[in-house]
This record gives sequence, C-alpha cells and structure tokens, in this order.
Amino acid sequence: MIQVEGLTKRYGERTAINKLTFHADKGEIVGFLGPNGAGKTTTMRILTGYMPPSEGKASVAGFDLLTQSLEVRKRVGYLPENVPLYPEMSVVQYLDFMAELRQVPNRNERVDEVMEVVHIADRAESFVSNLSKGLRQRVGLAQALLHKPEVLILDEPMEGLDPQQQIEVKRLLREVGAAQTVMLSTHILAHAQELCDRVIIINGGQIVAEDTPDRLSAQIAGGRRLQLEVDGDGDGLLAELRALPGLSSVRVVADGRFEIETAPGPDVRPLIASTVVGGGWKLLELRRERLSLEEIFIQLTREEAEAAAAAETGAPLAEGQAPGSDSAAG
Amino acid sequence: MRNAWTVAKREFNMYFASPVAYAVAFGLLLVQGLFFYADFGSSVLFGAPPDPTRSVSLFVTLLLFFAPAITMRLMAEEQRTGTLELLLTAPVREWELVTGKWLAAFGFVGLLVILNATYAVILSRFVTPGLDVGSLAAAYVGLFLAAGAMLAIGVFGSSLFSNQIAAFFAIMGLVLVMWVISYPVQNETGLLASVLKHLSFSDHYYTNFLSGVVNLTDVVYFVTVIVLFLFLAARVVESRRWR
Repeated sequence: MIQVEGLTKRYGERTAINKLTFHADKGEIVGFLGPNGAGKTTTMRILTGYMPPSEGKASVAGFDLLTQSLEVRKRVGYLPENVPLYPEMSVVQYLDFMAELRQVPNRNERVDEVMEVVHIADRAESFVSNLSKGLRQRVGLAQALLHKPEVLILDEPMEGLDPQQQIEVKRLLREVGAAQTVMLSTHILAHAQELCDRVIIINGGQIVAEDTPDRLSAQIAGGRRLQLEVDGDGDGLLAELRALPGLSSVRVVADGRFEIETAPGPDVRPLIASTVVGGGWKLLELRRERLSLEEIFIQLTREEAEAAAAAETGAPLAEGQAPGSDSAAG
Repeated sequence: MRNAWTVAKREFNMYFASPVAYAVAFGLLLVQGLFFYADFGSSVLFGAPPDPTRSVSLFVTLLLFFAPAITMRLMAEEQRTGTLELLLTAPVREWELVTGKWLAAFGFVGLLVILNATYAVILSRFVTPGLDVGSLAAAYVGLFLAAGAMLAIGVFGSSLFSNQIAAFFAIMGLVLVMWVISYPVQNETGLLASVLKHLSFSDHYYTNFLSGVVNLTDVVYFVTVIVLFLFLAARVVESRRWR
C-alpha cells in the first residue's frame, strides 16, 4: 500500500529526512514514532502529495507519488497536525464541502454516516470556531474518512484529546485499520504500543528501529534487567548475588526483592536461581523485565545522539542481544 | 472545473459569513450613493443632463482600493491557518483552486454591480427621452472586465503572502502600477510610450469602454490580464510545495 524508498527531503541546507525506506501493507496500522522535529510531519506531507521529496521514490495505493499525484490524493485520507479547519463554517457545511471536493457519491448520506462514526452528529450545526480541540480533531478525522480512502495518514491524531476521547479514537482506528492501511505519527509511545501492528522509530530524519512493539521491547530489553523476589527478608542474599559473574549491579528494592542489571552475554537466570535455592532461600519470582516502548525510545534516541557526538557511523541499534523468552517465573 | 466551482461556491458564501464583505459593500455603496446624489442634484440645479456612466467610472476608481480588500483574504488566510494543506492534499489542481477563488470574488463584485445598476434605473425614470442604453452597456462591460483583471491581480497578490495586510498593500500597489503605468508617457510617442500605453489599465478602460465603444483589443487585453495573473497565482501556490 505504501512503498517508500530512499526518501530524502532537504530544506535548503537542512536535511529533514534522510534516505527513509519502509513500507506499510494493507490492513496494517503503522506507527511513526519520534521526538519533535524528527521528520514525521515532513514524511507524511510527502506521502500525501503536499510536497515532493528531494530524492527517492514513493508509491501509495499503487500509484507513483511524483507522476500520479492526483490519483494518490484521491485514495489518501489525511489528518494534518493541528487540524486546520475553516472556523466560520459549521461542521456539516465543512464536511459537505470536503465531500464535494473529493467527489463523494451520495454526499449527504455519506456526511451523515461519517458524523455518526466519529460521534459528532449532535454538533453538526455548530461552527468549527466553537468546537473544543477534541471535537475539532474528530471533524478532522471525519474529513479524512469521507471518501473511504485506501490509505489513512494521520499526523498526531491523539494530540489534545482527553483520555476518554483517546480511547474512542483508538477504537475507531482499530475499526478502520482492519480494512485500510493506517499510518499515524505520535510522540506518545503508549499509543503506538497499544495501537500499532508495527512501529517505525525515527530520529534526526533517519529510521533507528522498525518492528512490532512487542519484538522491539523484547529485542532491546533482552538480558538487561531482572526482578527477583524471595520469601522472607532475603538476608545475606545481596552479597551472594554480587559475587556472581555476569551481573552489573544488584539493588534491594524492598525486603526480599531485588532488581538486577545484567551485562550483555549468556543468560544468567539459571545461575541466579541455583544460587538462591542452593543458599536455602525460597524463590518466589525471577522475572525478566520488559522495557516499555518509552524506555526503548529514549535509549535509542540517546544512543543516536551519543553516536553522532562521537562521530561514529554504523548500526545504532543494540543488536546481537539474546531475544529469548520475555519472562520466566520461578 | 468542477472543483473550481466547488471552491467558488464555498468562498462566495464565506463573504457573507465575514464582516469584511459587509464593510466593503457598505463603504463602496456609501461613496457611490453620495456621488450619485451630488450628480443628480447638480443636474437638477443647472438643468444639465446627468451622465449615467459617471457612477460606473466611479465604481472602477473605487475598486482600485476595494478590490484589494475583497481579495486579500482569499489565499493568504488559507496559508496562514494551514487549510491550504488540506486543499492541496485533496485531488484539486492549483489552477482550479485559484480560478475558484477568483470566481467567488468576481461573483461578489457582480452583486455589487447589480446594486450599482439601480442608479441607472433611477436615472432612467427622470431623464427624457431615456438613457443611452448602448453606451451604458459598454461602460458596464468595461467595468466587469476591469474588475475581473483587478481581482485576478488580487488572487495573485494574496497567494504571495500569509498575512492579509501585506497582501492588501501588495495588491493595491500592483493594481495602481497597472493603472498609472502610462501616465508618465501620456504625451509621448515612440516605442516605449506605446508599449506602456498598451499595458495600462486606464488607457484600455477610459478611452473606449467609457465612451461607449467595445473594442476587441480591449476585451482581449483584460482577458489576457485575468488569465496571466491566475496562471501566476497557480504557479505561486505550486511553488509552495517545493519550499
């Protein structure tokens, strides 16, 4: 549905995005994650035909972006950042205008239908200028859905919504995402984690990681942090643990509970388990902790920055870490 | 073309949703009304026949200042609020967009022209043996063409800015230049003088339309100006994509 190859965009001297290559398949929800200024909006603007790339190729819904821009635009629904709408129009007027512009058949019915879908029907006659941020976001979403696009591109769709509205939008996106290709950007990682089939992390105009949220967590968290709990107060266990090889630090969280950081290398869990049991403590839990996407994100973007600072090149990803199972309860 | 019509309809309706249009209409009609009253009064006092084309030529002069006010918003506001992004990611071509904007402004001015025509109707009731309809019609044809040209310059000027005030003064400057471009060479002959006279609004408007002559050259001139500036506006909008 979306095929991007070597996409580059320069604004004068500044390179906003640098040789992006990725794809999104039909029925997939792809999350585009990155800090502000990472190049998310630039990429989306290129994919929607708003501006051309400086270099590289892209095709959306089977049409080339450069040579068949009009065909692409017919098949893409777009919610820009900050949802620009005409404040002096009412919701229904605005949607009718956009539907006419997109030559939607049975315009009136479709506008009513879409207003039902995004739950704005009761405010149909309100002027856009009187709507809250959340309602405006929904009008923007309605506008993007009007022509039943094959590809939906949403720039920060959760921005400015309260938690209840966020849940609703997420539900809505899952519904439409089943049949359509959805690409959304966010800098809030929990949303991506919850919603997306695949996450592309972008920083400084480059892709730093791309995988399913679960695999990303597993891959990067692999062998980094363990939680250990034993019955009782675990007296003396701390010293025993610290004497073990392959552990970089051990910390007492509470009585009988430890947090262990492991160095990259072979799995140390069997060793820890036998130490605990062999020393006469009762093992309650030994669990590998999964990092949240948030931590991964911070880690990745920080590694990037450090790598840049050291003027190093090469893979920024923490590769070669044992994936293995995510958790092991004793 | 269908998209241009869609854009035009919306934009035309928006004129009545904003106070600017009412202010423009009020100002334009007020000045015209005062002048009409003075004209009419002096005709009665001195027994001279009133000139029905006076209100038309006054309209054109006033448009020098009101055309920028009518058009300054058209593209500038879209760019300021970012709504242009949604238009340009919809299957709409640039020329359809600017043509639609121009049509809306033209329609709005057309409405004001209809109101202006009431002066002619009023006059025709008082003058015997009636007005010279032919020369009046020529004046109105000229008015529509000159207004169209000024509004096309307006759409172009508006597309250059995302600030309405900047657009206003740029448009007014451009229209004024087009208006007076031949003034310095009014009494000259030679190549430069004749080129400037051919470029000038006033030479095409005052010399023919206002004296009751509809000349193909003048019609072609104004239509060319309209097409040229709409073309330029479309190119400016397109160039936004490349920045």
